Amino acid sequence: MVDAVATNQTIVVVGGGIAGLTAALEAAECGKDVILIEKSPAVGGRISRLYKYFPKLCVPSCGLEINLRRLKANKNIRLITLAEVSQVSGEAGNYSLSVSVKPRFVTENCTACGDCATALETNDYSDEHNYGMSKRKGAYLPHNMAYPQRYVIDPAMIGSDDANKAKAACQYNAIDLDMQEQTLELKAGAIIWATGWKPYDAAKIQPYGYDRYENVITSVEFERMMDPYGPTGGKLVRPSDGKEAKNVAFIQCAGSRDENHLRHCSRICCMASLKQTTYVREQYGDEGKSSVYYIDIRAIDRIDDFYQNVQADENVTFVKSKVASITLDKASGDPVLNGVNTEGYHRYSNAHDLVVLAVGMEPSVPKEAFPVEVKLNENGFIEQDDSNGAIFAAGCASDALDVNRAVQNATASALRAIQVVNRVAGMEG
Amino acid sequence: MADEIKIGAYICKGCGLGERLGEAQLPMIAEREAKAHVVKEHDFLCNAEGVAMIQADIDNEGVNRVAICACSRRAKTEAFNFENVAITRANLREGVIWARPDTDEARETTHEMAADYVRMAVAEARFQKPPAANAEAAYNNQILVVGGGVSGMTSAIEAAKAGYSVTIVEKGAQLGGHTAGFYKRIPDKAPYKDPVPTGVEEMILAVGADNKITVHLNSTVTKTDGSPGRFSVDISTESGSTSTETFGSIIQASGFTPYDANKLPELAYDKSKDVVTQSELEALAKAANGGPIKRPSDGKEVSSVIFVQCAGQRSNEEGHLPYCSGHCCLTSIKQAMYFKDANPSIDANVIYTDLRTPGAGGEDFYRSGQEKGVTFTKGKVSSVLIGDQLTVKFQDLILAQESAEQADLVVLATGMVANSGVDIDALPKPDKEDGTVEVSIPVESILNLTYRQGPDLPHLKHGFNDSHFICFPYETRRTGIYTTGPVRRPMDILQAKEDATGAALKAIQAIENSGKGRAAHPRSGDLSFPSFRREGCTQCKRCTVECPFGAIDEDEQRYPVFNESRCRRCGTCMGACPVRVISFENYSVETVGQQLKSVDIPEEFDEKPRILVLACENDAYPALDMAGMNRHEYSAFARIIPVRCLGSTNLVWITDAMNSGYDGVILMGCQKGENYQCHFVKGSEMAHYRMSKVDDTLKSLSLEGERVATYEVAITDSERVAQLINDMAATIEKIGMSPFKF
Repeated sequence: MVDAVATNQTIVVVGGGIAGLTAALEAAECGKDVILIEKSPAVGGRISRLYKYFPKLCVPSCGLEINLRRLKANKNIRLITLAEVSQVSGEAGNYSLSVSVKPRFVTENCTACGDCATALETNDYSDEHNYGMSKRKGAYLPHNMAYPQRYVIDPAMIGSDDANKAKAACQYNAIDLDMQEQTLELKAGAIIWATGWKPYDAAKIQPYGYDRYENVITSVEFERMMDPYGPTGGKLVRPSDGKEAKNVAFIQCAGSRDENHLRHCSRICCMASLKQTTYVREQYGDEGKSSVYYIDIRAIDRIDDFYQNVQADENVTFVKSKVASITLDKASGDPVLNGVNTEGYHRYSNAHDLVVLAVGMEPSVPKEAFPVEVKLNENGFIEQDDSNGAIFAAGCASDALDVNRAVQNATASALRAIQVVNRVAGMEG
Repeated sequence: MADEIKIGAYICKGCGLGERLGEAQLPMIAEREAKAHVVKEHDFLCNAEGVAMIQADIDNEGVNRVAICACSRRAKTEAFNFENVAITRANLREGVIWARPDTDEARETTHEMAADYVRMAVAEARFQKPPAANAEAAYNNQILVVGGGVSGMTSAIEAAKAGYSVTIVEKGAQLGGHTAGFYKRIPDKAPYKDPVPTGVEEMILAVGADNKITVHLNSTVTKTDGSPGRFSVDISTESGSTSTETFGSIIQASGFTPYDANKLPELAYDKSKDVVTQSELEALAKAANGGPIKRPSDGKEVSSVIFVQCAGQRSNEEGHLPYCSGHCCLTSIKQAMYFKDANPSIDANVIYTDLRTPGAGGEDFYRSGQEKGVTFTKGKVSSVLIGDQLTVKFQDLILAQESAEQADLVVLATGMVANSGVDIDALPKPDKEDGTVEVSIPVESILNLTYRQGPDLPHLKHGFNDSHFICFPYETRRTGIYTTGPVRRPMDILQAKEDATGAALKAIQAIENSGKGRAAHPRSGDLSFPSFRREGCTQCKRCTVECPFGAIDEDEQRYPVFNESRCRRCGTCMGACPVRVISFENYSVETVGQQLKSVDIPEEFDEKPRILVLACENDAYPALDMAGMNRHEYSAFARIIPVRCLGSTNLVWITDAMNSGYDGVILMGCQKGENYQCHFVKGSEMAHYRMSKVDDTLKSLSLEGERVATYEVAITDSERVAQLINDMAATIEKIGMSPFKF
């Protein structure tokens, strides 16, 4: 059962990605009462699916581990997973939220021993952690770092023999197949909206043929390939034939800075692609070649040196060009990029083993789907505005941000929420 | 009663532990060998009933040390969360049965592994005390903000809104910093089309009207002493008077200095008044106030203007800035609009290599610039020639040819140089006794810290005081002191306001934590703190030198002075201490030493070596857990002990291990060096340094150097950590068992 006593001095954080986690932890470590609501079965969000961070090329689970330890140690935060805010009413200092909590079908008794998954023979369900690039079982731990460290039963498995098999395998009476969706009513003084981003739907960029060519993938899928526990076991191979992807093209602004798609610049994609060129080198050494097709390389502020280092790598080529189209060389399976290098105006038709679309960031929550009225800009990001009352955006709900800036922004949002609950508590002088 | 140690050992049989370890006689070992006072087994220790059983023993039997012999310390933390007792964990699941094959031949060694972990957990429990909060803790809800520009004022206003009192110390005669001289700023709200008023006057008024904010103008910080919760700060005015005030925490918002454009002779800044910097253009625009902007040399109305992006930036030439200042592209677009909005027929050309206008607002503002007729030319400017008009020569990167264009006015987008005070890493090392020549310090200190390790915060890169951690952007290496604004990293007004709001939160958090004697990040909430035995101390100063956070000073007799609320509890001092006088209540030379000594060492002819693994709890230990979760098997001869940071590793653990017959020792810490991952900055590096000298120790024992190996390990290295252990097992097989088995 979810224990969720909340008052108008409670801060509700919606979204348990890096921004939401940070906002929740920073507020809780100031002594505030926080409820953290996460839609999926585990916290961590997008960063738990990244191989490395730019510019340090360090692993995201390193910081996640610290944040999880902060979370486990802090009694001021209550985490509710599989939960979504369906309704918000009230005003600053006095909100009421309806939160619908989906059944996990696994109780707190779960020890994460894995017997339920072992009992199932086949991987029948698309693995969202791998953006559907692989399948998982119907009883699963989302990933190695998943917290709560508790298994999940896929709702699609309910009613099947497999569900009963999983239940029977559990020695701890932790599987409850009759668990129902429930609705919680919460009070809150302030709400931090940290619902994050999703990759722009690459299939909408028709000339690039993401929906037609297997060897055209997105930047987020490319990240998953590097994970030793990911869909390719950590190998950069192309989906069509498993061939080693040694000649990789990166197409920048795939869906960003484009009136037909996302008008905004998604900020992270240049650095992400520069980072991913290092993956190609990491895997294939001097045989690994990368080509970056770009409009402007936005390696902003003190991390520009990362760009300078990649530029100095002879195996990385930069082509100033918005790629016009991708065609397929049927014999080799190679995608062929067609366009004009605007530096000197040279036409090209370049074949590559694999094409990575540096897809843009789109707010996770579509404009029309917000359960509460907040000021949104044209791109769907939440603007800071007095009319939002005590609803504050954090991280990529506010703009396209890299991890560092999302965390910084989330820290600021935590203070804005604290200002409200402190006012409610009568602490102001 | 309170001092009496009563250890409860609780052995779980769930998750296959019962089946795999049932015959290992763990309860007998806990009771008879390890001498736990209460020993209980449970089929399912982490469920409500198991937890209640333990709680009942705490409540009714006086158990005050709890050894949970079950899963990893990272698992089931919600269940095994007992108040006011010391808790240790024997990792029998991830660390034993999941890391070992379930075969007949593996059974005996797996059982021995489990038995040792039970002995170790009980031994650790015996030497731990539940930490009590630091008696030095002080609550002071005053925040000092150094710098009265947009960043500093924002921090002050936002902290005051949360109920805290703030004092701003501003060097200049007025608040507002650089922004006070700006005409307008980049918009922060849709439709992101036009420059908007800076709002700085309103901020200055808001600061003045807020009775929680005190402002000292024409003042600097001439001394900062103490620690979070009790900083004692001298604030001195230009006229020489000094007052001393106390603060709970400090925000350094000391801003930036514009890059000196005189260093760019090829761009003729020193030759023509009509070559100006972006900040000088702001002054011209402010004077024009929406009317025609006039050129400085002769007052002629400007009819053409060229913006030179990255002037002296993103360049590795001598004297240039190697980094990008982040804001200049948008600033030039804004400034080009000053001209276009006043008179659309004015030519405004921005010459750039990469136009950097991120986010929703950035791209729309760029688009608005294009719509207003600002020209954007991808090119690299080589020189500016003076004449009747200025001539800008550049390589046009689109046409791939040399070009030139004339203009009345040239604006150089020069960069930001951080006002980060003294680069303490460039200071002469005070403990060098070789007559080191005093290096003259060209800059004034911002904080004048009395700390043993220097007067200012360490710089990260290019003079900025940024955090090294992507996930933790506000971390500095001086607890309770946070930097914000362009001193942290290059940024514009809008970013600085966001940044300063976050910094205010961290300052508030530091106040709340230090008030309760709790550690700051990354061991947030930890109540333990180091203490030392004065009579044993040899005043060698290693602890004061090696503390990554400058937490330890020296008194007149050169004994260490631990400033607990500056301490991050990593234990690097404990690792550094050659005479082992530094300890934490729940983490000490003893808590680890007794664990490793409690391991049963088989005799040499048993051919069962023992490998001690000291693993950083932040990355290496989770990696080992995940090795178990993914069934990457490793040698049953390993005995793993988590450490707070590899920097806390005291050499005595290695010599103790060797003397008691271990055959090998592996140390696993985080990445060190430029891109360090060590959460305590220098801990891993210090450990590696110390271990580089372990060969001498081994030699004195006539042992092979291969018996001790130190590695940098990432949390994702789960397969590798298993391999490293297996490699050591193979090495021992090759070189033979240690002769030190008794």
